[in-house]
Amino acid sequence: MMAAFWALLRRDMALALRSGGGAGLGVVFFLSVVTIVPFAVGPDMVLLARIGPAILWIGALLASLIGLERLFAADVEDGSLDALAHSSLPLELVAAAKGLAHWIATGLPLVVAAPVLALMLNLEPAAIGAVVLTLLVGTPAVTSLGLIGAAFAGAFRRGGLLIAVLVLPLAIPVLIFAVSATSAAVTGPVPFGTPFRILMGLTLFALVLGPVAAAAALRAARG
Amino acid sequence: MALLDFANPTRFLSLSARLIPWTAGVAALALALGFTLAFLAPPDYQQGETVRIMYIHVPFAWLSMFGYSMLAASSLGILVWRHPLADVAHKAAAPIGATFTFLCLLTGALWGRPMWGTYWVWDARLTSVLVLFLLYLGLMALRAAIDEPNRAGRAAAVLTLVGFINVPIVKFSVDWWNTLHQPASVFRMGGSTIDASLLWPLLICALGFTLLFLTLHMIAMRTEILRRRVQVLEARAAAEATA
Repeated sequence: MMAAFWALLRRDMALALRSGGGAGLGVVFFLSVVTIVPFAVGPDMVLLARIGPAILWIGALLASLIGLERLFAADVEDGSLDALAHSSLPLELVAAAKGLAHWIATGLPLVVAAPVLALMLNLEPAAIGAVVLTLLVGTPAVTSLGLIGAAFAGAFRRGGLLIAVLVLPLAIPVLIFAVSATSAAVTGPVPFGTPFRILMGLTLFALVLGPVAAAAALRAARG
Repeated sequence: MALLDFANPTRFLSLSARLIPWTAGVAALALALGFTLAFLAPPDYQQGETVRIMYIHVPFAWLSMFGYSMLAASSLGILVWRHPLADVAHKAAAPIGATFTFLCLLTGALWGRPMWGTYWVWDARLTSVLVLFLLYLGLMALRAAIDEPNRAGRAAAVLTLVGFINVPIVKFSVDWWNTLHQPASVFRMGGSTIDASLLWPLLICALGFTLLFLTLHMIAMRTEILRRRVQVLEARAAAEATA
């Protein structure tokens, strides 16, 4: 069963990396979001340093949703999903493997790009470290919750706006604790570890909820 | 099973036809009595007359969560028993719950302006009710996006259960983050902190609005059952016309 899991992971990784700029596009979108914010709020470096972690998190959250609408849709259209549904791998693990591949291809590059973008927003070193750590721990949760929207979009052939409407409310707790952990690292008074541990708990919860709910959504669509 | 007998759509139609006049009548009486008592109740020593918004705001807040709990219960009915009436109940409850949630936010904003000096604050409880409202809208959007009713029902049921984790967050967020919004004061350990002269009108109003919710829900369910029957008849007539 685990051989099937790793095979599916490798297949989805290859598809994500070889299809036109799958990983790069998310980072470019991330860069674009971060770039337009100073035009909206003004080039005040003190203000940007203060709201920088929030900008980075919103950018990463939106960038994580990119590509989700094709995650299951392609497999539904060419029939791969029917084959996967009849394989030895439970549908929950199919969703988990596809989610993990999607995170490695799109979520991890966001974490790597974040320190550079953080410098553009005048973040101090402690804040940069905190943002990178919270993104590393929090983006898997976003991708995992995104699997639910991806399953609906794929199964019912509906576009990306529906995914954002369904997934963003679910991601609010992750955003709250990620940004409060970052501000705790810079200004206190709560130690960084307190909100960060809650963030890790939310991620563990999302890692279970996402694949299970996505599998349930795919089964609901198959009837 | 006796309970499932009532879930037969035809039996539901005849049962609800008999129930609706009673629930509607008692709702009207309870609301009339509740509103009268609410205006006779003494004004709050701090908040003055604006405290009377509480008698509609608090029932709306309860019913926003009641409506979502009803959606979650219907979702179990859809996913576990695959019962058509559960799907009808789910579809009918979503817009009603969304309306009550919106009214909760609206009356809260109108109450917040004189009391807190602002229509809106990003307090934990207000925010989680807003998220609940977004979940309602998301559910309705998902249903609207899917053409085939059975699959739409099951998809909405999955999403409802995922969002159900939000309902306890709404209820307990006050205790977790405890900010500007006052802590829970009616249902809590050690009894209510509201004086009886304010509590009784509130409970009567809550009863009236709950019965109003149930009445609207039954009417919406009846409409949905009849709509589906009409669709089946139309499809059959169209098939006979072509044959």
